[in-house]
Amino acid sequence: MNELVRCANLSRSFGEVRALNNVNLSLPSGRIVGLLGPNGSGKTTLIKILNGLLQPSAGEVRIDGNAPGVATKRIISYLPDRGYFPEWMRVSDMIDLFSDFYADFDRAKAAEMCRALGLDGKLAIKTLSKGTREKMQLMLVMSRSAKLYLLDEPIAGVDPAAREFIMRTILTNYSEDGTVLISTHLILDVEQVLDEAVFLRQGEIVLHESVDSIRERTGGSVDQLFRDMFRAQL
Amino acid sequence: MDFDLQNSRPIWMQLSEQLGRRIVTGAYPPGSRFPTVRDLAAEAGVNPNTMQRALGQLESEGLVITNRTVGRTVTEDVGVLDAMRNRLAAELREKYFSEMKELGYSRAQAAEFAAAKTEEET
Repeated sequence: MNELVRCANLSRSFGEVRALNNVNLSLPSGRIVGLLGPNGSGKTTLIKILNGLLQPSAGEVRIDGNAPGVATKRIISYLPDRGYFPEWMRVSDMIDLFSDFYADFDRAKAAEMCRALGLDGKLAIKTLSKGTREKMQLMLVMSRSAKLYLLDEPIAGVDPAAREFIMRTILTNYSEDGTVLISTHLILDVEQVLDEAVFLRQGEIVLHESVDSIRERTGGSVDQLFRDMFRAQL
Repeated sequence: MDFDLQNSRPIWMQLSEQLGRRIVTGAYPPGSRFPTVRDLAAEAGVNPNTMQRALGQLESEGLVITNRTVGRTVTEDVGVLDAMRNRLAAELREKYFSEMKELGYSRAQAAEFAAAKTEEET
């Protein structure tokens, strides 16, 4: 299996605060990986560095052999943890924009997901609820056939019933040899979908293991292990 | 018929057990085409790698056969199906005895109890 993401001795500080500390991480292609950690553990910082939105203070990142830049943006589909869309645009405008922007955007897929998620293309973004905006954003991101999907908190803003629906949307739409990195603290809602779990604590990776191996080793769920590990530090 | 998955055991094991049960009970008839990994994964809400591993287990047990031209099919080998049925029945029996033991029945008493109940009904 070829290596898609490699982080070597990666650190990032914001003034006095060390958001990431000496992170070493290797992810193959074709996996669904959970980036799991409590609030403020460095999940978003790591994703932004993989995206090239933040520069590391030290260390190195390679995505499919390249440093973050034009080449990697072409193969990364990114769902930020917040919306960034102009309020006056319609859902169909966003689809046009994405389709112009990304060569791997699949309009048929977008139309199909709009139907499944109940998104009306004619609606203006300003009229959409928070949950519907998140669904739209997800639809746009999953309509690309990317090599790497970076999804920052894709289920945080929606109700539990919609979470399952969103996880299914991710599952049925990612390109087969692509890797999906999902950051979340809602482990119970994602763990059945994951191949691997990465636990972040205070900017450091404290565990990187396949979820089935966690279940075999501990006799419990990933959620349980997470609770145990992160309770112990309090 | 839904999959019932617990997070405390490897998911692929539970999937292969439950798929094996579907095969034995004829939900997927002998010789029929087996659904694709992608379809089964979507149905169960798990990722395709996990489902792939579950199917690998079924293949090694001989319940499912991969054929280059027609894809996966359910075995027509009655011996294999009977062996699997037997294994499931044996598991059920051991579960019965262990729960009866908790209630204070010896193995012989539990066996007698099961037989008596059957006679009452017939």
